Amino acid sequence: MTNTAVDNPPAIEAFSLTKVYGSGNTEVVAMKDVSLTVAGGEVVALLGPSGAGKSTLLTAIGLINPPTAGRIVIGGQPVMDAERALVNVRAFRRQHLGFIFQKANLIPFLDALENVQVAMEINDVSPRAARQRALELLDYLGVADRASNLPDALSGGQQQRVAVARALANQPSLILADEPTAALDSQRGRQVMELFRKVAHERGSAVMVVTHDHRSLDVFDRTYEMEDGRLKSK
Amino acid sequence: MNLATKDIRHNFGRFALTTVGIGLVLMIVMGMGGIYRGLIREATLLVDKIGADLWVVQGSTRGPFAEISRVPVNLEDRARAVPGVAGARRFVSHTIQREHRGRPLRIVVQGLAWPEDRGAWIPLVAGRPLRQAHFEMIADRSLGLPLGERLKLGKDVYEVVGLTKGMVGTSGDGLCFFTVSDSEAIQFDVPGEAVRLERQARRARAEAQDIGQVQPLLLERALGPAVGIPALAPPQVSAVIVTLQPGANAAKVAATFATWPDITVYSTQQQVDLLLAGMVDKARRQLGLFRMLLIIISTIIMALIIYTLTLDKIHDIAMLKLMGARNGVIVGLILQQALLIGALGYGLAYWLGTFAFPQFPRLVVIETPDLLSLAAIVLGISVLSSLLGIWKAMRVEPNKVLS
Repeated sequence: MTNTAVDNPPAIEAFSLTKVYGSGNTEVVAMKDVSLTVAGGEVVALLGPSGAGKSTLLTAIGLINPPTAGRIVIGGQPVMDAERALVNVRAFRRQHLGFIFQKANLIPFLDALENVQVAMEINDVSPRAARQRALELLDYLGVADRASNLPDALSGGQQQRVAVARALANQPSLILADEPTAALDSQRGRQVMELFRKVAHERGSAVMVVTHDHRSLDVFDRTYEMEDGRLKSK
Repeated sequence: MNLATKDIRHNFGRFALTTVGIGLVLMIVMGMGGIYRGLIREATLLVDKIGADLWVVQGSTRGPFAEISRVPVNLEDRARAVPGVAGARRFVSHTIQREHRGRPLRIVVQGLAWPEDRGAWIPLVAGRPLRQAHFEMIADRSLGLPLGERLKLGKDVYEVVGLTKGMVGTSGDGLCFFTVSDSEAIQFDVPGEAVRLERQARRARAEAQDIGQVQPLLLERALGPAVGIPALAPPQVSAVIVTLQPGANAAKVAATFATWPDITVYSTQQQVDLLLAGMVDKARRQLGLFRMLLIIISTIIMALIIYTLTLDKIHDIAMLKLMGARNGVIVGLILQQALLIGALGYGLAYWLGTFAFPQFPRLVVIETPDLLSLAAIVLGISVLSSLLGIWKAMRVEPNKVLS
């Protein structure tokens, strides 16, 4: 597989990230001295056993759970210096980051279209434009025919596609996915992974996926492995 | 996109039930205010409608409504002689409770100073004013007496010749208008045996005194009708109502009356104030406290429901925060729902009230200022009740999505 994405400017640069929970006898080091770079348009897998610190790294880069030490630069902009935010975190997440989780976490009282639309409206996109773009995204992800369905009426795969559409809504420079295929069968899981690759390569967003699914590793441009809070490139 | 209405649509059953519950409580709050206004209107109805300028009552009393007042009937003639007075009428008012067709009937008996006053000023919905000096009555419809109904009161039978609507006394009992002499006959009616016993007692008292022993005629008359005893006071009425000549100085006329030591004079406004301060004030305070309690209960119920609705959405709120939603979006979601519950509950209360309040046994008067003040209160409690939910939502961290 050819990979031209690695030549793009870096979407994420993480320097010596460390995360420590508790203190004294109860101190747990969840992540230690992790540094990585992900280029724009690159799809990166983060592997490792449970408790290795994958999700800790992902949430630190996603500005959800700040590191105890280290620096994070996203799209060339320093955003976190240890626990100190260098930007308005919520606004930055709104404009530059997209999230996908094991559960789709769709808002149950909004239909598929509205779930995508709301992500844009809270980013000050006009309702009309947001609706139009949400429809395009659902079409791009193959679930336009379920646009008016509430999440309850969608299958797991469809829900996850809607979640991907929502993550893409504001054209983020970085998409973070935490075990997005864990609740799906292998065929649908692979489809979602391929979708990430398509999104990254066609739209230029960097995609970082935490996964246990070794069957789809060929989809990724690069794979990292974490063990005991440390990062190893495979 | 309005997240609040989307959520409501999704949880419509719970939202509707909550709104109905709040609406019913608000209807009671609204009704309490209406009952208070009704009390005032009922209490002051007669004073307002009778068209008197001054009320002359028994000295040192606050009659004839707030307490019993007795004045001699000839006070009417004395009042007419005061400069500035255009007319004076006897006023008799007392409440009786009788049984009619197997049900208790409470009537405020009101005397009209026949023949000057035949009840032409009374707003009739059916029938006519009084046409004869005896045995006719005008009844309020709330008493359930139809036109032509004959009612035995005391030793006489009275026929309903006119009907009024909403003419009730201070306690909410329907008014019946009779001539003064009929109303006195009803008031002072006693059984024959009581009359006989009283005459015997009178004779015994007279016998025990020198005057009875030296004046045999008096002793003899003591056994007869009371009117035959010269020393007895003339018949008494509750008050004398005075109307002034056009342009007469009411304060000056009242000041003239005030020099008479046997009576007390009140203007119509003073009479209204006496009624409101004495009879309605406690009811007002009681209703006010009840309203306050109900408003507090409504606030607590709304706050708990909004809080529960917020807890149900806590994961979605965390997701919205993760997506970068501003606090205003989250606050708007909760606050708008609280306001909507309040507004719809208020509307429902008003709508239900239009059906329910007329069925209440006492008058319920809903006035625009009261509606506006209640609307402001509902707005306040809606905001207040959403604070707990907002507080909870503001404390939610975006990483709650991961749990």
